[in-house]
Amino acid sequence: MTGTPHSRHANAFHAQANDALQDATLKKALRNATDLFAERRSAAIDAVPDWEALRDHARKVKDATVARLDHYIEQFADNAEKAGATVHWARDAKEACAIVTKLAEDRGAKRLVKSKSMATEEIHLNKALAERAREPVETDLGEWIIQLAGETPSHIIVPAIHMTRDAIGQLFVDKLGIPPSNEPKTLAAHARKRLRDHFAKADLGISGVNFGVAETGSILILENEGNVRMTTSMPKVHVAVMGIERVIPRFADLEVFLRLLPRSGTGQHLTTYQSILTGTDNQAKSAMGQGPEEMHIVLLDNGRSKIAVDEKMRETLACIRCGACLNACPVYQTIGGHAYGSVYPGPIGAILTPQLAGMHEAKPLPFASTLCGACKDVCPVKIDIPSLLLELRQRAVEGDGKQAPAKRGFFELLTWRMWSWFMRNPTRYRFATALARLGQRLPLLQKTMPPMAAWHSTRELPKLAKKSFRDTYRKAKKESNG
Amino acid sequence: MNVALFATCLGDQLSPDAVHATVTVLERAGCNVTFDPRQTCCGQPAFNSGFWQEAREVARHFLDVFGDAEAIVAPSGSCTAMVHRFPDLFRDEPEMRERAEQVAHKTFELATFLVRELKVTDLGAKFAGRVGWHDACHGLRELGVKQEPRQLLSKVEGLELVEMKTCESCCGFGGTFSVKTPEISTAMLDHKLDELAMTPIDVLAAVDSSCLMQIRGRLERRGSPVRTMHLAEILASQ
Repeated sequence: MTGTPHSRHANAFHAQANDALQDATLKKALRNATDLFAERRSAAIDAVPDWEALRDHARKVKDATVARLDHYIEQFADNAEKAGATVHWARDAKEACAIVTKLAEDRGAKRLVKSKSMATEEIHLNKALAERAREPVETDLGEWIIQLAGETPSHIIVPAIHMTRDAIGQLFVDKLGIPPSNEPKTLAAHARKRLRDHFAKADLGISGVNFGVAETGSILILENEGNVRMTTSMPKVHVAVMGIERVIPRFADLEVFLRLLPRSGTGQHLTTYQSILTGTDNQAKSAMGQGPEEMHIVLLDNGRSKIAVDEKMRETLACIRCGACLNACPVYQTIGGHAYGSVYPGPIGAILTPQLAGMHEAKPLPFASTLCGACKDVCPVKIDIPSLLLELRQRAVEGDGKQAPAKRGFFELLTWRMWSWFMRNPTRYRFATALARLGQRLPLLQKTMPPMAAWHSTRELPKLAKKSFRDTYRKAKKESNG
Repeated sequence: MNVALFATCLGDQLSPDAVHATVTVLERAGCNVTFDPRQTCCGQPAFNSGFWQEAREVARHFLDVFGDAEAIVAPSGSCTAMVHRFPDLFRDEPEMRERAEQVAHKTFELATFLVRELKVTDLGAKFAGRVGWHDACHGLRELGVKQEPRQLLSKVEGLELVEMKTCESCCGFGGTFSVKTPEISTAMLDHKLDELAMTPIDVLAAVDSSCLMQIRGRLERRGSPVRTMHLAEILASQ
């Protein structure tokens, strides 16, 4: 892989992708895992008779929520506070990191645990906390492996999807000094032992949020390992970082999303655990007196409110982060997540990253697709990712009225201008194709000119027919009539 | 029915045989086929590259040529899907948008036109060989072309249709994607072609000249004996 994990960048997509293609182990790991998840997903949704209706319903809920995002997020914040949580508003990554860091510092919390959360990856929270000597221990097994390896996640649901069990075994030998093993059970047992120790000593737990319910101020977090339970209940302080688009209006809406998300993500009918957390009042009042003393919810904007008012792009915010589009994407299956050089990889990353980070920071991503549409087919909320990619490509080239176009090279513009000039007039079209026929007689030219050389690097060049259809059609017509 | 043939630029220049076969097939199905030589391209290459202004001018020409046609048929799902996107392209020009919608509504991909519009599946074709089918993405996912080519092929005498596991996997072409990221493009295709080692076929067929160009180029480079054919060429064989 090019550079260190933290030096990867979306704008270096091509180099990173080519590196990934050289990695035979990665290729095998990716193919096995994405195929497995895709199969499980198909099996899980086959058992749901009204899958299409569910998708439509969920999308309607999401569209209605995003259309009044300000209303619902304020309702959520009010109700969460009423239930005893403290709500913090973060305009961007810097503010969000500062809020969490201050919460930890004010309480003298030094031992932090964290469950899996893409929002915290997005704001690079671990790095910010590490700078203040408070790096949290990741407690999701995949995330913990990634942290041990000094890597970044390459999938939004399966962070270590790019690693084989052999590689993980070797990592444990190197970092934990365990006897050699590549048995998932053995490796998981070692991880559990280590993690239990961290849970027992932790004084602050950080989590993400899958859904925030506006009418109750509750948050729902899904997981399979029990680590979210422990992260959010054992330490005295729980801090949840939530993108503002995670909000849904009603508690009853959870029913539809709970049927969609696990099936789409991991092919499960339901995740092993679903934690619904509503402030701290209930915990304090309960006979057991369990749960954290403080619950903080950091509401993260970081570009989302801008997307919410962008009529053509706002459906991006309907995403429930299931990862199905990654598993279905033939580009992702081929190069994996790290090649994208962004926190969110794959099709959803290709539309989300340029909007969150800015087009200039992710120029190649909207173009990193054949527009095959497999992502749209599997998306549980029917986000039309190919159309959004096309929209972003147009903005990258022609600008969005505010910023200068990020991807409008002089040469490329000239090429398309000329192409358009030749293609919109039949006489000029004939001239251009005649010229191409002449060019075809010069194999050396064909094999060295940029687009054709790129084609020829892996495939034989297509041959223009000696005579085009239009040239032979008239003759054929004449013969059949005569 | 009067059919205005849209040969597509790739069909016109790279695979005229497939376009001639399209004419033959449509005529056998009882259509009166016309070819307007003013036609050029649908504009997709520029559109998919983000150069909508340049694509719009080509689309405008397309609408000029085909505006009055009764039905427009293309031997391509991808170019047909592009015509169906013309309304997006003219979203800021209400009059053109309306015209684009009318034209989109009467533009069909060959297999769906035969099966859904003309209700024809048996064209009296004969073709000896094992044929694998490639469900080209835009036809499959934007136009819903799935059963139609299979219905047509199942009526071809002597033809054995071999279903491939990877029939719906993208061939990796993606227009300029194929030359901007040739390595990814080819690796995607190889996943599909690797299946040929386990699934013996003589011909890999599709309804899109663009996918076929990509697939043929790689098959030739790999030294594979498998040939590529356009659906129309099979349906026109006797």
